[in-house]
Amino acid sequence: MTKADIVERIYERAKASKKDASDVVDLVFELIKARLEAGEKVKLSGFGNFVVNAKRPRKGRNPQTGEEIIISGRRVLSFKASQVLKNAINDGLRPVDGGNGAAAGQAGAPVDQHPASR
Amino acid sequence: MTKRELIEAVINERSSIPRREAEALVNSVFASLAEALARGERIEIRGFGSFIVKRRNAREGLNPKTGEVVSVMAKRVPFFKAGKELKQRVDRQPAEMTAPAAAPTGVAVPQATAAVVQNEG
Repeated sequence: MTKADIVERIYERAKASKKDASDVVDLVFELIKARLEAGEKVKLSGFGNFVVNAKRPRKGRNPQTGEEIIISGRRVLSFKASQVLKNAINDGLRPVDGGNGAAAGQAGAPVDQHPASR
Repeated sequence: MTKRELIEAVINERSSIPRREAEALVNSVFASLAEALARGERIEIRGFGSFIVKRRNAREGLNPKTGEVVSVMAKRVPFFKAGKELKQRVDRQPAEMTAPAAAPTGVAVPQATAAVVQNEG
């Protein structure tokens, strides 16, 4: 799926023109990029969080020459999918299996299978 | 930034789009992404990144509390890989702030150096 496909899927659902839908899709990704560039966290409830992590410099090796090098400190982006998204992706694929927390999200009902959470 | 703040930012940028419509559109964007991933589709947003769904086989796991063996079912897990542009934009500022050795004088070649450094990593 690309941006164009997203526009096709959403404009009717949101009762909007294709032009508005296309503008908003572009804006959404541009705005998220700008915030992440500023080092900010972006939290999209029901979808997931984008977080910028700082990495310290570390020693590495050039695998081709075996030469030792310093890998400079940097900032990297990581995405953590929300439980809602994870459940949606597994929905229908797997019946609820006792014991594993990942299966416990059928209708948001807090199924308490762990005796430890008293 | 939260989704709410994202919606506000969209409205600020495009005052021609009615508030209700902007809300519905932004929410639909993420709903459509989630649906595509649920279908196992790959999503590619140029300049931003791509989302893919990977499979995890069923395995035997241990309950860390009791040490008891439990079977963990096969599942699908979403992954995001930042695109080149986003990766570089996220990494740009700290290279200037935290790595004085790398840029002794203000030589402005962030793009080129970023690309080289990434290959080494």
